[in-house]
Amino acid sequence: MSPFFSQEVPLSWYLLLSAALFSLGVAGFLIKRNLITVFMSIELMLNGVNLSFVTFAHQWHAVKGQIFVFFVMMVAAAEAAVGLAIIIAVFRARATLAVDRIDLMKL
Amino acid sequence: MNGYLHLWLIPLLPFAGFLINGILGRRLPKWIVTTVALMAPLGSFLLVLLNALLAFTPKEFRYWNGPGPLPLMLSTIPWVETFGNWINTGILHVNFSFVLDQLSLVMLLVITGVGFLIHIYSVGYMSNDEGYARYFSYLNLFLFFMTVLVLAGNALLMFVGWEGVGLASYLLIGFYFEKKSAADAGKKAFIVNRIGDFGFLIGMFLLVSNFGTLTFSEIATKLGQDPGWNGGVVTVIALCLMLGAAGKSAQLPLYIWLPDAMEGPTPVSALIHAATMVTAGVYMVARTHVLFDHSPFALGVVAIVGAATAIFAATIALVQNDIKRVLAYSTISQLGYMFLACGVAAYSAAIFHLVTHAFFKALLFLAAGSVIHGMGGEQDLRKMGGLWKKLPVTFAVTTVGVLAIAGIYPFAGFFSKDAILYAVFLQETNGKILYSVGLLTALLTSFYMFRLWYLAFMGESRSPEVHPHESPWSMRGPLVILALLSICGGWIGIECFGAFLAPSVGSRFAEAGGWHIQIPYLPFAISLEFMLSVAAVLVALEGGLLADKFYRRKPSRPAQWAAALPTSYKLLVNKYFVDEVYGAIVVKPLLGISKFFLEWVVDVGILGGVAWLLAGIATFAGAILQRWQSGNIRSYAAWLAAGAAVVLMFILIPWTTFWPASMALIWKAVRH
Repeated sequence: MSPFFSQEVPLSWYLLLSAALFSLGVAGFLIKRNLITVFMSIELMLNGVNLSFVTFAHQWHAVKGQIFVFFVMMVAAAEAAVGLAIIIAVFRARATLAVDRIDLMKL
Repeated sequence: MNGYLHLWLIPLLPFAGFLINGILGRRLPKWIVTTVALMAPLGSFLLVLLNALLAFTPKEFRYWNGPGPLPLMLSTIPWVETFGNWINTGILHVNFSFVLDQLSLVMLLVITGVGFLIHIYSVGYMSNDEGYARYFSYLNLFLFFMTVLVLAGNALLMFVGWEGVGLASYLLIGFYFEKKSAADAGKKAFIVNRIGDFGFLIGMFLLVSNFGTLTFSEIATKLGQDPGWNGGVVTVIALCLMLGAAGKSAQLPLYIWLPDAMEGPTPVSALIHAATMVTAGVYMVARTHVLFDHSPFALGVVAIVGAATAIFAATIALVQNDIKRVLAYSTISQLGYMFLACGVAAYSAAIFHLVTHAFFKALLFLAAGSVIHGMGGEQDLRKMGGLWKKLPVTFAVTTVGVLAIAGIYPFAGFFSKDAILYAVFLQETNGKILYSVGLLTALLTSFYMFRLWYLAFMGESRSPEVHPHESPWSMRGPLVILALLSICGGWIGIECFGAFLAPSVGSRFAEAGGWHIQIPYLPFAISLEFMLSVAAVLVALEGGLLADKFYRRKPSRPAQWAAALPTSYKLLVNKYFVDEVYGAIVVKPLLGISKFFLEWVVDVGILGGVAWLLAGIATFAGAILQRWQSGNIRSYAAWLAAGAAVVLMFILIPWTTFWPASMALIWKAVRH
């Protein structure tokens, strides 16, 4: 192994990447109008969190973090299935995916 | 628990009946409602009867192998059963305790026995009523509270029963609550009774502060130990209790609720407003008689109130045309007799009259109910007449009742009224005056009862379009039994009855008697009692003859008299305008204060103002906060993110070092 590779990537890099991913997700969620994009932003947030989980699990040699990540991925998969189904249903009913126009519940 | 008699069963059986019929009555078939309603008082009555028989069974006839002392004998009376602690503080200890002694035994026999008969009667009387189950549940509730009242071993438990019978009375007076007059009468009874209860309560407070106990036996012991208890505070306590008794027993000046209470169903009038509940006041005075015995002044007040009520109500009864109102005023008058007896310390005579009165007045009310039932709801005496052919059984039993209340020998009323008048005559201070009032009342009583009898049953029918019919056997049966009791109820005699009650209420009649008067030219001495009896019977007959003259031989005479004495007649027909006077001096000012001060100032001004202010603040705040609820999902998400950011800031930034430093910086900047 070359010395270049033997040197570990510092913890803070991973965390910064994780925070950046999460912030991008939040920003996308707040800004984007398309429902599918909003949905993807949520996935992005989840993965940002996953990354920090894995990072800490590796850092502290604790397997709990990895297990959490599995849970999150599982829930995210289920959520993706349900969410995409809802999106398809909404599109069929309203012929639009603009978030601001799906406001039937608004007073 | 220190006994084997299980006295708690006596009130609890009617209570169970109340719960079953009150909760499930509307869904149960009618025969189950009837069975439950009748079994409850029957069970209580049999229990009481069993206890009474037990008390009188001599030792050698008993088979008792159980542990402990022999249950209930005349020698172990008063029999006390305690079921637990109610109030246990430093100065006051009150138990749930029941006392069975001669007094409560007699009362229980009357209440459950007459109560059971009236329950049977009600089955026929109320059979077509919508609120059949409701009626019986209230009636059972009444019996529960009444037995608690009578059995209670201390004033507080008695007060529970006292208020409870008031509640049952209220519910039953207002039984036909769709009718405004009935609902109003119920409220009137309740409110007037509150005034009396106020006296009872004050009396209890004074008992606690002066004797430190509410248990009747302990009060008696403490009074007996110290001969210094005379007059003073005892008088005040006795007068307060007297006020309570006057409210419950419809004495002057609190009698006004009883005539209106006739709005209830007639069996209720018979049970509650003639035979049992209204006698609770007399019972209470007899129960607390030691207090009255130690205060001659209070006794005098009781006697005068009783005599005044007796003659006052009797005069009103002379001209009433509603059959139930005549009986209501007659009840007030007879209760006055009982108070008169209490006022001369002849408690056993009062209780004796209470018992016979329960028989014949329940009989008269039930017979009146039978008449009303037969006449299709007609209560006006002027529209009756000639009913003796149509309602033979009712006619026969009413005759018995009238003879009994008039005091004709040998009916029950004669013995008890005679006992009272005799005891009153013997009182030293103003006995002769009170006796004359009592005798005059007896004359009036006889007159108005025979008047009722003539108007309702004799002569020709004054409303020929009505075809009266005799009541079913469920109603005639109790009438016949009560008639027999009204005949025989007095035969036990006051000597025997008084001797039996003596351990509970003192032995007035053991000492009295033996007065003989030698009349010139007569070879033998006549006892005073005999002479007074003859006088009473003569007066009663005279009343009957007068009524005969007025209402049979010369039917035009009442109208002539009314025309000749317009003022008196108007006064009597309008019941001395007492309701109007109370309305003017009590109700109207109270309503005025309520209207202007309580309603406009307190309710609308203060309470309403505060409510409006709070509502205004809420509306204003809502109008501002409403803007947050935009319905825009992304703005919610933004707030969520901002909130999360703030929380993170609080967690991550080391405030403990950062905060004081920044504050110091700000402080510096401000100072310079």
